[in-house]
Order: sequence, then structure tokens, then C-alpha cells
Amino acid sequence: MSEPVALWQVALAAGLMLLSVGLSAWMKLGLGRDILVAGVRMTAQLLLVGLILDWVFRLNTPVPILAIGLVMTLLAAQAASSRPRQRYPGLLLDSFLSVFVSSFLLTGLTLSGVIRVRPWFEAQYAVPILGMVLGNTLTGVALSLDRFTGDLRARRGEVETLLGLGATRWEAAHPLIRDALRTGMMPTLNSMLVMGIVSLPGMMTGQILAGEHPQNAVRYQIVIMFVLAASSALGSLSVVLLAFRALFDGQDRLRSERLRGQRDR
Amino acid sequence: MALLEARHLHRHVAGRLLWQRVGFTLEPGQCLLLVGPSGSGKSLLLRALAGLDPLEGGEVTFRGQTQQSWRMPAYRAQVMYLPQRAVLVGETVADALRHPFSLRVHSGLTFPQQDARSLLRDLGRRDDVLAQTTANLSGGEAQLVALTRALLLRPSVLLLDEATSALDVDATHQVEALLRGWVQEGERAVIMVSHDPDQRERLATAVLALSVR
Repeated sequence: MSEPVALWQVALAAGLMLLSVGLSAWMKLGLGRDILVAGVRMTAQLLLVGLILDWVFRLNTPVPILAIGLVMTLLAAQAASSRPRQRYPGLLLDSFLSVFVSSFLLTGLTLSGVIRVRPWFEAQYAVPILGMVLGNTLTGVALSLDRFTGDLRARRGEVETLLGLGATRWEAAHPLIRDALRTGMMPTLNSMLVMGIVSLPGMMTGQILAGEHPQNAVRYQIVIMFVLAASSALGSLSVVLLAFRALFDGQDRLRSERLRGQRDR
Repeated sequence: MALLEARHLHRHVAGRLLWQRVGFTLEPGQCLLLVGPSGSGKSLLLRALAGLDPLEGGEVTFRGQTQQSWRMPAYRAQVMYLPQRAVLVGETVADALRHPFSLRVHSGLTFPQQDARSLLRDLGRRDDVLAQTTANLSGGEAQLVALTRALLLRPSVLLLDEATSALDVDATHQVEALLRGWVQEGERAVIMVSHDPDQRERLATAVLALSVR
């Protein structure tokens, strides 16, 4: 176990924040208020989540834990679907389905197959892992969906030229699907490239601070990174395929009238 | 038998009736010119004939079969639409001409390099155009390459949306001569949007006029 942190120690750390407030006042940056608000919000949110997690960790039935996971997924899908500038009816449902299926599938496989937690719904493992997976999947889903629908607007001429020459909807959309998936996977791939060199991942750092042996913390991190990569690949792929299905019809037509710019609404 | 037939087509845009009771019969060898002021929906009519927009009402038949009963890639390989602003996919002109031969519907065809050269020559292009980068082409040159790309795929009906709008007089005449010869060479016909009254004189075997309502 790590050294426990008492409330007076938290207050002491909060004093460090006064350093940046003072600096802002001295240099007339006008950031004092923002820093205070951000500090108070962060403290309140984390204390609240601590209370909730305390309660959740004492549960030993899967239903409330699954319910919490579902609420987290809804919030993630909501965040993912607010990103794309070109929207279509059913976009929220499509992003929910993609985030839900890929995150739950990958988290479930990790808990029961890779880490082999008993029972599989043990909140101490399920909630943080699902949180990390959701965070990453949401980024992949949001980026690839934004790229795909944006490209369908910007590169409509190219898509319809190909359709006009006899391309199937799949042949005409394929270059755009490929670009969207690359865009969705890019943050995860980039972070894997520099992991351990430029950045020390938070989960690994946390485990080491909590007294875990570095070798084991590193292995945990590697497992998590593969899971995150798989989930963001699966999430990006499924959301792009769902959008493809929504925006092309069975007569190999691009239904661009279903796309609306965010400002038109 | 008529190549392409349209009956009772109509189209609304944003609640406004754009055209109604549009119909024609296109026989082999014909060159139908589609005329009408800007905003009368000429491009939308070509898109409907190509099956790129859903038909609101009426019927389009190609070789005696309704448009809906065709598999669309096979239909569009025969009734080929060229948008006003041609998009060339590929690094060089040769790549752009070769690209559609990778589509499944054209898998029976191989890229005929000699035909490509001679078509481009008929359109007044020099032989080195094949190696040019598509990004550096002018609007008119891109139109000529797009027309060549379509002809190499051996369609039966060409739907041309102002295919000569960015061309100079000589190039326009070359395109017209090429199309006049092309429709005579088999079961072929052209529908072409045009704003040029002289072009009507030189090329049209029939005229379909849309008006603004």
C-alpha cells in the first residue's frame, strides 16, 4: 500500500495552487479566477467519484456494476456523437452501439480471459478498465466518424464520379473508409510509439506509487494498451460501417441529403 | 428498340415543383440536347437518369428493363454520367484513365492504352498528356480526360453535363466531331446539357427543353 494522504496534506497541496494564482496576479494574466474554478471543480469531482467508487467496490452483484458501466457508456457515446460537424439522423444511436459493443466486448474479454479476475465483475478491476477503454474508444469513434461524414461532404464529387462510372457503393466509399479508420486509430498508435519514452502512462505510474513491482505494472500497462488499441479499432470500424450503411442505399447511391452541417440545425 | 426511355418524371426541390411530366425516347444514333435556363434542373434530370438520385415519380427504362430492376453498377456502366466538374482519381492522367478498370463491373475489360492515345489525339491532346499530373490539368483538359475515361469503358448512353463548358472553340468542335462519330458506331446515344444555341444546330438530333416555373 502507498502512504495514505490525509486531508490536511491535500490542503497543503492546494496551497501550491496559490503559487500559480499569485503568479497570475503579479503578471496580470487574469487567470486567477479560472485557476481557482478549475481547482475547486477538480477537487469536488474527484471527491465525489471517490465516494461513489467506495460504494461500488462494496457491491458484489453484477447488475449495479453493469448499470454504472452502461451510464458511463451513454456519456461516452454522447460525447463521441457531439464531435462530427456533419451529422445524420441516427448518429447518436450508431455511436452508442459502436462504443458499447467494442468497449464491453474488449473489457469483458480482458477481465475474464486475460487478467482472469474472479468474479469477472469485480468492481475494483471492471470500473477502471472499462473507464480507460471507453475513453479511448470514444476518441477513435469521434475522430473516425467526423472524418468520414466530413469527407462525404468534401469529397462528394469523387464518390459520385466513381458511382457514375459503375462503382458499387463499397468501391466508391472505400478510400474514405480507409482514411477515416486511419484517423480514428492515429492517437492510439501515436501514444503507443512514444509510450515509456516520452510519456509514462498514468495507470502504470499509479500502480508503482501504490507499491506494485515495476515489472508487473509494466505488464499490466502492455495488456491495457493492446486492449485500448483493439477497442478503438473495433469502435472506429463499426461506427464507420454503420454510417456507411446510413448514408448509402441499396441502389448504390450516396444519400447526401441525409447529411446536415452542425450549424444548420 | 429504344435505348433509354423516360416517362412522367417529376422532381421537387425544397417543396417547389422543378419539372413534371418529363418524358423522351432515346433511339440509337441520337444526340438529345437538354436545354433550359440555370436552375431549371438539367443536372438533376441527368442525375435521375443515372440513378444517382431516387426517382420521385415516373419510370426510366434502359433496353426495355426498368432502372430499378437493374443492378446499379451494371446500369451505370452502360448509362454513364459525367458531372460538370470532372474528378480524376489518380496521380497521372494514365492512372486516372486506368482507375475504373479496377472496378468489379469492368473486370471483363482491360485498359486499352492504344485507344486511349488515339482518343486523346482526336481531342487535340499531345501524346505526353498521359504522363501529366492530374492536379496540374486545367478545367477543360480535365473534362477531356474525363470524357476519354468514359468512352474507354464502352458505355451505350453518355449523360454529359456541359462537357464542353470549359473548352475553347477548337476543342469544342473536336468533342462534337468525336461524339457524332461515336453514336454512329453501334447501339449508342448521347444526352447532353448545353447552353450554346450553335451547339444545338451542329449536334442535336432532338431537343428537350426544361423551363423555370
